[in-house]
Amino acid sequence: MSEEDMMDDEIVKKFMFVNRRAPYGSIYALESLEVVLIAAAFDQDVSLVFSDDGVFQLKKEQDTAGIGMKNFSPTYRALEMYDVEKLYVSKTSMDQRGLTKDDLIVEVEVLGDEALADLMDDQDVIFSF
Amino acid sequence: MSILHTVNKSPFEKSSLDSCLSMAKEGSALLLIEDGIFAALKGTAKESQMKDASQKLKLYVLGPDLKARGMAEERVIEGVEVVDYAGFVDLAAAYDKVSAWV
Amino acid sequence: MKFAIQVNEGPYQHQAADSAYQFTKAALEKGHEIFRVFFYHDGVNNATKLTTPPQDDRNIVNRWSELAEQHNLDLVVCVAAAQRRGIVDEGEAKRNGKDAENIAPGFRISGLGQLVEAGIQADRLVVFGD
Repeated sequence: MSEEDMMDDEIVKKFMFVNRRAPYGSIYALESLEVVLIAAAFDQDVSLVFSDDGVFQLKKEQDTAGIGMKNFSPTYRALEMYDVEKLYVSKTSMDQRGLTKDDLIVEVEVLGDEALADLMDDQDVIFSF
Repeated sequence: MSILHTVNKSPFEKSSLDSCLSMAKEGSALLLIEDGIFAALKGTAKESQMKDASQKLKLYVLGPDLKARGMAEERVIEGVEVVDYAGFVDLAAAYDKVSAWV
Repeated sequence: MKFAIQVNEGPYQHQAADSAYQFTKAALEKGHEIFRVFFYHDGVNNATKLTTPPQDDRNIVNRWSELAEQHNLDLVVCVAAAQRRGIVDEGEAKRNGKDAENIAPGFRISGLGQLVEAGIQADRLVVFGD
């Protein structure tokens, strides 16, 4: 069966979600995560990239009790259950911010700029929030 | 596969332009819109970085955003092409996908 | 070509809503199809009919409504983002026990699946944000 013959709901596109903002200071990180979960439910080929301040979204030991907001970082650990397993983190951004893989709440692949550029190039749709 | 990148932040306030340039591959394009247009101007601290970028990327700036901010086209760095909204649409169609560095 | 547009910011506060409108208009004028305009984050505030800008300023909300009417545009407001920010249609008002609705003509409230579908169906997704 050729791609044209496939039903609409069988189209699988490569969706990349680019997360470049820290959590809590604004709602972008949380609402981005909500789209990721829906995209996964639509069986799309989902990749998440965390770069710039987006790497702070994955920091372990977030405790929001003192600011009266919901800690949504456990959701990143639940992504696996939604078959969202392609999580990439910018090495440059991690280095700039003094973070290492040990600081992160989930297992990720750490990539240099060039590898991230290739990855982005390989996508069909890029979502930015 | 090639990407049209858009940057809408002033390079003097945010790092979006730097982040975009670090991930933009040869053959892709960058369109500066909104406050991003300040990166397209001659005689700024960003000029040499933009000239370097023009070696591997096609560079564009949105004319209506330049004009709104009182910047004449003569102030735009050579190698950066001025386009209008119709040109923006053409670019979005010509490249395989659009990446907004918001 | 089929475009999908995502608007992440509210009107007036940020140029994103204006840029998205100008892009959408230009794409339509060039004969392209706009599969959907999806309003997310504070972008949902583009859909409140209670907006009352000064007379000498553009009315961003009405402008979307008019464009939608002229071109049969699908303007979709994310329900979860809208609920957080108090953008409601009649159905949502009833469901959530609210005594008013404020959705402008031409907009409809729906789920995030509409954004994902737009990403799947459209040839290009163009995002306007902060």
